[in-house]
Amino acid sequence: MRAAIEFFGDFFYLLLDTLRAIAPALSSGRGRHLAWRNLWIQMNRIGVESIPIVSLVMFCIGAILAMQIAPEFAKFGIVPVTADVVALATFREMGPLVSAVVMTGFGGAAIAAEIGTMVVGEEIEAMEAMAIDPVRFLVVPRVVAGLLMMVCLTVVGDLAAMFGGLVASALLLHLGSMQYTHHALGILKVGDFLTGLAKAGVFGVLITAIACFLGLKVRGGAEGVGLNTSKTVVFTIVALILVDLIFTSVFFYLGV
Amino acid sequence: MPEPLIQLQGISKLFGDRMIYHDLHLDIFPGETLVILGASGSGKSTLLRVLMGHVKIDSGQVLIRGRPLHDMDRRELDSWRKSVGVLFQTGALFNSMTLRENLALPVREHTDLDDQTIDLMAQIYLQLVGLREHIDKLPAELSGGMKKRGGLARALMMQPRILFYDEPTAGLDPISTAQIGELIMNLKNKMGATSVLVTHDMQSAFHLADRLALLFDGKFAAIGSVEYFRTTTDPLVRQFVDGRLDGPFLNPSDQCSYKAELLGRKTDEVPHGKKTT
Repeated sequence: MRAAIEFFGDFFYLLLDTLRAIAPALSSGRGRHLAWRNLWIQMNRIGVESIPIVSLVMFCIGAILAMQIAPEFAKFGIVPVTADVVALATFREMGPLVSAVVMTGFGGAAIAAEIGTMVVGEEIEAMEAMAIDPVRFLVVPRVVAGLLMMVCLTVVGDLAAMFGGLVASALLLHLGSMQYTHHALGILKVGDFLTGLAKAGVFGVLITAIACFLGLKVRGGAEGVGLNTSKTVVFTIVALILVDLIFTSVFFYLGV
Repeated sequence: MPEPLIQLQGISKLFGDRMIYHDLHLDIFPGETLVILGASGSGKSTLLRVLMGHVKIDSGQVLIRGRPLHDMDRRELDSWRKSVGVLFQTGALFNSMTLRENLALPVREHTDLDDQTIDLMAQIYLQLVGLREHIDKLPAELSGGMKKRGGLARALMMQPRILFYDEPTAGLDPISTAQIGELIMNLKNKMGATSVLVTHDMQSAFHLADRLALLFDGKFAAIGSVEYFRTTTDPLVRQFVDGRLDGPFLNPSDQCSYKAELLGRKTDEVPHGKKTT
């Protein structure tokens, strides 16, 4: 119990330190250039490089949703409503969540392994010995990149899923693409889009913060790196689902 | 006698159930080269971490120019760390950066010097350690000795007046060892740098040290000049310096208990009635 409290306490301290360090990291004189450079590198690594896999996964999810729902709706003669359900499920839930799970496997694990290896190689200690704050230098760029790229990835994922649903509807359900698009756009409100993106931003922070935290917690060489990398994936997915539940409950309560 | 630059006053530290330091006292004076000796696992490298403020002590205090290390705020601690160059055991170069970027990093972070000047400094320090032709290589492309020399060049980039070396010659060939030894000697003679050196290498220790301190069982068993360490009859110092097998460092009674543990019984209860020696 004490270990669990310490673990969560340490995590929230890191999160707090990160939030405190963001503004100075992006605006201070000499640190500015390096923070931006690190930010670009991380945005490319955890965001841009995830685009193909997120697109593929979300395309399949859209197509699967359409094919699962359509037969039931066909019984009531409302096949075109399939597009409504695919759109709502994607923008409000599947887009942010599935993109986040993909980013966890792709970016989160890589961050934990990279920082863990730096711990083992005394690189973090060397950084501190040079009076360079590892939170500002390593954690901030990754967390900011996670936030920005998760939002971008979710937009890409949403569009890919809608396209997957459209292709499945057109090829297998004989639903015209114009009719599909008309239904999808008709049901979606700006709030659906924005709640999805708000979730995505929080997911991005969560994924990268957990990965950095567990990376910095690595002890005991290569075995420790492996252990904390797998912990990162498991803990992050559980945290994503729990936070998603909280978000959905709040949105449900507020009627958003 | 000058005022000590660093003072360890009765520090104690417990790691798990093991007392790594027990009421440890030491003064380090400006401009001197102090070599810390001790068996593997005796806490020599950890002592450097204590001096850098990376490891918190349980009791006692570390004074830097009379100011307690644990009372320092972030700004003071950073200022202390910036004034010290640290050579880590493995070099601790950043693997994702080239040697050029590794050397430039601390200067780029802490000074307003332009990139061209920083690059020039990196080339000068890499030339000093014989690595200038490898300036654009990643640490993964360098040998262990080269990484260590690269780490030393990076430690020098901020032109520190205090240097901590953690096993600077361990695992190096004799020529690289001599090269590093020469560098440390030059830094002392030309810059008047204060150096704290952790090593097992007695030849380097005698060559470089003004004073030596032998860490044993959580305390400094002996602190003295090179002459003292060469001539003393203290059995602990003699065993360590001469590399003898028998003595306080390796107590024969430890071997007995080891045998007993290995056999799962007392040493005189050996199978077939054979007596152990």
